[in-house]
Parts: sequence; C-alpha cells; structure tokens
Amino acid sequence: MTAELGQYALILALALSLLQVALPAWGAAKGDAVLMGVAGPIAFALFAFIAFAFGALVELYLSSDFTVANVVENSHSQMPLIYKITSTWGNHEGSMLLWVLVLGVFGALVALFGSNLPDRLKALVLSVQGAIATAFLAFVIFTSNPFLRLVPPPAEGRDLNPILQDPGLAIHPPLLYLGYVGLSVSFSFAVAALIEGRIDAAWARWTRPWTLAAWVFLTLGIAMGSYWAYYELGWGGWWFWDPVENASLMPWLAATALLHSAVVMEKRDALKVWTVLLAILAFSLSLVGTFLVRSGVLTSVHAFAADPTRGVFILAILTFFIAGSLTLFALRASALRQGGLFAPVSREGALVLNNLFLTAATFSVLVGTLYPLALEALTGAKITVGPPYFNLVFGGLMIPLLFAMPFGPLLAWKRGDLLGVAQRLMLAAGLAVVAVVVTAAAADGGSVFAPVGVGLAAFVILGALTDLAERAGLGKVSARVALRRLTGVPRSAYGTSIAHLGVGVCLLGIVCEASWSTETITSLRVGDSLKVGTRTLTLERMENRTGPNFRARTAVFSIREGAVSQGTVEASRRHFAARQMGTTEAGIRTFGASQLYVSVAEETADGHVAVRASFKPRVLLIWLGAVVMALGGALSLTDRRLRVGAPKPSARRLPQPAPTPAE
Amino acid sequence: MTRKGRRLVMIGAGVGVLGLAAALILSALNDTIVFFRTPTEVAQQQVVPGTRLRLGGLVETGSVAKAGTLTTFAVTDGNAAVKVSYSGILPDLFREGQGVVAEGALQPDGSFKADSVLAKHDERYMPREVADALKAQGVWKEGDRAPGTAAGGPTPVRAPGS
Repeated sequence: MTAELGQYALILALALSLLQVALPAWGAAKGDAVLMGVAGPIAFALFAFIAFAFGALVELYLSSDFTVANVVENSHSQMPLIYKITSTWGNHEGSMLLWVLVLGVFGALVALFGSNLPDRLKALVLSVQGAIATAFLAFVIFTSNPFLRLVPPPAEGRDLNPILQDPGLAIHPPLLYLGYVGLSVSFSFAVAALIEGRIDAAWARWTRPWTLAAWVFLTLGIAMGSYWAYYELGWGGWWFWDPVENASLMPWLAATALLHSAVVMEKRDALKVWTVLLAILAFSLSLVGTFLVRSGVLTSVHAFAADPTRGVFILAILTFFIAGSLTLFALRASALRQGGLFAPVSREGALVLNNLFLTAATFSVLVGTLYPLALEALTGAKITVGPPYFNLVFGGLMIPLLFAMPFGPLLAWKRGDLLGVAQRLMLAAGLAVVAVVVTAAAADGGSVFAPVGVGLAAFVILGALTDLAERAGLGKVSARVALRRLTGVPRSAYGTSIAHLGVGVCLLGIVCEASWSTETITSLRVGDSLKVGTRTLTLERMENRTGPNFRARTAVFSIREGAVSQGTVEASRRHFAARQMGTTEAGIRTFGASQLYVSVAEETADGHVAVRASFKPRVLLIWLGAVVMALGGALSLTDRRLRVGAPKPSARRLPQPAPTPAE
Repeated sequence: MTRKGRRLVMIGAGVGVLGLAAALILSALNDTIVFFRTPTEVAQQQVVPGTRLRLGGLVETGSVAKAGTLTTFAVTDGNAAVKVSYSGILPDLFREGQGVVAEGALQPDGSFKADSVLAKHDERYMPREVADALKAQGVWKEGDRAPGTAAGGPTPVRAPGS
C-alpha cells in the first residue's frame, strides 16, 4: 500500500507542478494578483506531496519491503538502520527522488522567504521552478519509478553496493543536491528577469542569498565526496578528475564566478547581462552534470547502471532548459539596460578578472570532460583525458587567479590604487617569501615548485588576513579602537576574508600532499615490517571479524617512530555475502593535520599480504580549507544586507562604520 | 582614462585570459591524451613501445598470477590477448572473467606494464569501451549481464496504478 500511496503522491505532485507553471505565469501576463498569489500555496503543496512520496520510499526501505523492486535491488534485511535509510538514495531511482525533493524544498523556501519580492517576479520565479519540477517529476515517474512492484517477491534483498555502506552516503548526496538544485533558484530568477525584461541592483540582492546558500552546500558536498573517495576507495587519492567529479566542479566554478559578478551588479549596477548569463550557465552545468552521471555516456567510477532511455530523457530536459533559457537570453538581453563601463584598476575590475579566470577554468574542465565524447563521435577514436591535462590547464589558470586574489578585496570601488594596495600587501608578500625560503631549506625531496606553492598559499592566507587588519586599522590605531572597528565590520566582509583564507588553506594542503607524500608498497607476513616516511609499521597479526552483513579480515599494524610506539592502525578487507563482493577498508591514523594511510590486499595462500602504506603530510588541510570556505559563505549569508526578508532599501541605509562591504 | 581606453583594456584582458586558456587547452590536449586500445588492436597495429595507452578487455580466466605485490594477468577480447603486469593493490572488483581497463605502456617484449588498473564499482556495469570492444569481437551482446556475474535476477513486472 505504501508504494502505491507514494506513487499517487508523485503523480499528484506532477499535476501540481503543471499548475505551478501555468497559473502564476498566466497571472503575471494578465496582471492578476490572485492568480500570481496561488504560486506560493502550490509550491508548499508540491513540496508536501514530494516529501510524502520520499517518506513512503524511506518507509519501504525501513520495513525491508521486498515486494518493491528498488528495495530488493539495494537493501538487505540485515543492514544496520542507518544504511537502510541511506540506501533510499544510494541508487538511481531513489537519488532522483531526493533530487526532486530538494527541488521542492527550494520552491517552498522561495515561497516562504520571498515576501519582499515584487509579485510579478515572485510569480515568474515560482513558475520557472515549477517547470523544472515538472520535467524531473516526469523523468522519475516515466523512466525511473522507485515504487515498481516485483512479482513474485524474493525472500531477501540483494543488498546495497558495499562501497556505499558508509556514513558518507548519509551526508554527501544530500549536501551535493542542495548545491546542485539550489542553483535552480538563481536560474529561475535569471529567467524571470529576462521574461520581465527588467533587472536592477535589487535583483542581485534578492538572488544572492540563494546563490550563496547553494554555493555553501556545493562546496561542502564536493569536499565531503572527495574525503569519502579518499578513505573508502583505498588508494588514497582525493581527486581523480573523474567526469563525475568534474560535473560537480563545473557548477561550483560557475557559481563562484556568479557570486563575484553579482557583487558588481549590486554595488555598481554593472555586469548585469553577464550575471544573468552566469546564473543560467551555473544551473545548466548542474544539468549537464546530472546527464553525465545518469546516462552512462562517460566511463566513470561513479556511473549508475546505464540505461539509454534515461539518457535520452535527461538530454531532452537539458536541451529544453539550456536552449530555451539561452534563446530567451539572446532575445531579451539587449532589452536589459546595460550598466556603465568602469576603470580597470578597481574592485569591480578585479572582480571581472576573477570572472574571466573562473569561466576560462570552467570551460577548460568542460572541454577536458567532453573532448573524448566529441572525438569518438567524430573519428571513432577512444581516448581518455586524464589528470595530466587537468593539472596543467586548471593549475595554469588558477595560479594567476590565486596570485591576484589578495589584491581584489583591498582595491577600492570605482578607482583603485594598485600601488597603494601593493604596499599594504608588502608584509603578507614578505612573509610569503620567508615561507618559500624556509620550506625550500627544510624540505627534502619534492618538486622545486613545491616551496613556491607553499609561498602562494601563505600569500593568499596572509592577504585575506591583511584585508581584515586594514579594516580594523591595526597598527595605526589603539588596540581598543581596532577591536571596536572589527566588531563593526560587516559580516559579508568577514565572509570574504574567511572564504579566501579557506582557499589558501586548501591550496596549502594540496601542495603538501602532492609534493611530500611518501608511499611504500610491499608484501608482508605476520611479524614483518615496512618503513614509510619516518615511521616503521609492523604487521602484528591477522584477525577475522564479523559485521552485521559482512565478514572482515583485518591486518593489525603497530606504528613506531624511532623508539617511540604510536599505537596501532588496522586495515581490512570486507566480504559482503549478499553481493559476493569485497571492499577495502583503509586504516587511517591522524597525526595533527597529516595522515598515515594503510590499505591491504587479499591474503595469499602462503600468508603474504600486499600492503600499501603512505604518509600524507597536511592532507587534512585540503578538506579543512573547503570547510573554512563554506564557513565564510555561511557567515556572509547572515549579513543583514542579505538577510532574506530584510526591509526595503530606504530603511536599510544605516550608518556603516566600515567602507562598503566587500564581496 | 577615456571610455574607449577602458573598453580596450577590458577587451584586452578578456582576450588575454581566453588566449591563455586556449593555448593551455590545446597544448595539453596534444600532450596528455591517452588512447584506448583493445588487445586485437595492439596485436594488429604495432603500437610503439613506451606510448601510454589504456588497454581494455576481460581478465582471461586462469591467467592471474601473484608474486608478492606483483600481479600478472592477461587481458583478452576473445580474439587476441596481451600479458599485463601490475605492481600494487588491485581494485576490489578485479576478478577473472570480468571487464578491466589497465593504463600504462607497452614494453619492448610485447607485454604491458600497467600503473593503474580500473575495475568498475558496480558489478553489473561494464566499462563502455570494453563493452564496445567485446561487441566488435562478438563475445558479448547488448543486454547481457557482464560475463561471470550471477545472471537472471528478478525482473520488475508492473508499475502500481498502471
């Protein structure tokens, strides 16, 4: 019964979403306030029905209802409770339902917090959201129905893919979808603005919280996915330039560019057309990502089981929304009043530079991801574009951007003083040079570029702090005044500094991990030792263990550094009976921000175990940096200027102690 | 600065960055792409030893031999087979009779030295290139389950409400 109720809820949701497209749009065309006003209640109802359907699927998983095909294929009665819940979205059908649920959440949130929006704009935004919901609900119902029954029902399920039986599945997809789908709101705002043919600084202020929230979730989602792959896949890499990873990185880059260009639009009433285009592109890239993941056109470590009809359906959705919005853009962009030009050396000039590099980087990732497809379609040659391409191109575009990053927030609006900013960054630059020299002297091995990378990271971090110090007037005024000034600095300015600092921290982690990791691969028997970095690992014993739905063979190693014992680390192989499938559980020990990473292979008949042990210095900074970035974004979101539902502009002109808030 | 001057600087910066991106992309694509080859193609085309390539096919049944951390196995597409050696820990889904993609370089003796081996996470899924290659050799058909996996799973029969 539950499955049927879920199914009916989904069908009703589809009908509601059609209403959400038609009624507000009709109302906006006729100027009918009542018709426009129903958009909000419909959005709430739509959310409620999708949530009901999702709840029904969760309930089917919780009760291990093996009359439902989706549950049979991805669940097992012996699974721990948490995995029974997370299996709901650990498969194609369920994850699409989660995707639609998040879309419903955002639609309802726009309706809830959009009370300060003009009626027409709000109605049009919700109408476009409704169109997206219609497309994806139809996709779920017609090609990926999670409620399909199975006759006759088997006695036991086929278990969730063991790789996915991990707490990471509880966190990573929801965060990622909140990011991907959150960008749909900026997209809807852009399309609504194009339909209206009117756009101004207020538009930028209304859309900013949505973009910012989506960006924060996307940042956390990507970082979480990276850490999950790092510890779960057992080979210790944290980024593979896999098509699916690229699919999440591209919207992230575009959203980052959008955040920055929207600031120019809000402050200077310029870059309007460009900002609208970026809002369209950011969500379009999320759709491209969804297509790449679901259609199986690219060989990826993530790929869901490929099904051509789904690929075609998503391609149709993708074409409709991307081509439709870009056509609308081409027709209406010229009607939008352009803002003025501005001086190249200025805050807005720096933000344009940021946008140029970020969009070029997005483009380079897109080319690298799609080139194999294009080449195969044209010549039939099968090729792979791998990490060397991305490291070279993406790195080559990021280095100048990172170098320019500390300058941006210090430049004044309208007319900046590059020389003055350079002087104010002297201390940061000096300390960065010291960092290069010290690193070069202290490091043994690694590339000659590694110390330069450390220096660049230091420059970015110190540059971000310089911005705050400058605002406080540190060194020029007494400590008390400086402290008082700091409390007056707008939260969005703190957000900028903290997010930029996070980029520096992340870069530091990347440089350290890439340059000074040590790895030893060898074959051991119980009692043998290996050396990795400064530590000695001894294989103490092999143990058999049992989990709720798996058996494990665990290797226990003792760690010694010189004469000091540092405890043990355990790496194991798990065997899942239901799927006849094994997984590698890496053993990880954390020392400060560095990690010791050990994985083992299947034991051979004569008792040998292949062991791969590596020491990854400062590797945790990579994800810590991403968390700091997200923290900066979240802090910026609480800025009173952006608070959703903030009073109208006239009431908001409070005296501000600091100069114009930065990005 | 005049209006025209400002516009020129903007256009210049744009063209500069895009030019840099284009130059990086083109040079990197020239140097870093890796071609996918099947064992048959390797046998026919006399691939120059040392060129990086991806070799895909099925792990030949009975060919896997382990010595310490070194594993040797043969990759076949039903027509030709290439000996592969790999030092390190193989992915969890590496099995005889399963699809595999190995990346590395051909040695002068005709064997293949892999530095990474890819097997899929989803046991139902065959790497696309491998599936195409096997289809070309008539070993595997669309709709087949990957050879070696439990066949004949339950099939959904009807949708509720339909």
